[in-house]
Amino acid sequence: MRWGVAVFPGSNCDQDCFYVVRDILGEQVRYVWYEETDLRDLDCLILPGGFSYGDYLRAGAIARFSPVMEALVDFAEKGGLVIGICNGFQILLEAGLLPGAMLRNKNIHFICKYVYLRVENTHTPFTNLFKEGQVVRIPIAHNEGNYYIEDEGLLELKNDKQILFRYSDKEGRLTPEFNPNGAKDFIAGIISKEGNVLGMMPHPERASEKILNSQDGLLVFKSIVNWFKRC
Amino acid sequence: MLEVEVYVSLKKTVSDPQGLAVKHSLESLGYSEVKDVRVGKFIQLRLDLEDREKASQRIEEMGRKLLANPIIEDFTFKIK
Repeated sequence: MRWGVAVFPGSNCDQDCFYVVRDILGEQVRYVWYEETDLRDLDCLILPGGFSYGDYLRAGAIARFSPVMEALVDFAEKGGLVIGICNGFQILLEAGLLPGAMLRNKNIHFICKYVYLRVENTHTPFTNLFKEGQVVRIPIAHNEGNYYIEDEGLLELKNDKQILFRYSDKEGRLTPEFNPNGAKDFIAGIISKEGNVLGMMPHPERASEKILNSQDGLLVFKSIVNWFKRC
Repeated sequence: MLEVEVYVSLKKTVSDPQGLAVKHSLESLGYSEVKDVRVGKFIQLRLDLEDREKASQRIEEMGRKLLANPIIEDFTFKIK
């Protein structure tokens, strides 16, 4: 399986993602510069976190027009796996590859901390090694993670089981004080209708080694490898 | 050359955490008459165009494509 990690001007989690894939998973991986247009050698592309184009105008608004994003649309249409983490998620939203948009965090602070997430759907390339309803601990670090979608769109997300992660308390209960950014319906991560594009605000690559206090995030990456082997 | 002012604001149906914080701050400064605050963006453009109609079309396009996110934002503009 071949992985790519996109690098935009202002990406800053690219090396962490690269490290997890190469050194922890032991998989083949290469960086994909934002001006590249050929992704045919890849099976999975990660859009890492950071501040692409300084978050100017809106987070992800400018990065979505970079050449690699055009190639990504084609890549995703052909079934390639895409995982957008934090700023990567914001870029996917701006590009319209996932529904909804991000607002400023409800408390208008940049929030950087471990949060609990409840895994909502395990029948996906990204979550097949989790247990349904499992509560995991993965950190967030963002300013615009207050997910917004109109009610109609939310209903669609629910009906198609596109919500993969929700912010919760340690026991998996959905309570407002454990919704760090005010996200609609506690949404922390969703997949596309076709199921091959994931966007999530929490950083699984920051919870992939024992020394980091949590290895829960590694299951996202391992799920992808597992899914790929089974196909 | 045309000077254009573009205003981007959050849709009325979308809550505005920034506006709320500014409102609270104004209240604590004693401006109790402030009942609502919405924070938006103000963008100035200079266009190498003379035809105002054409400019309108182009700005409309720019707004939809990049300057505003139609899911959460509305925009208006003024050609000076």
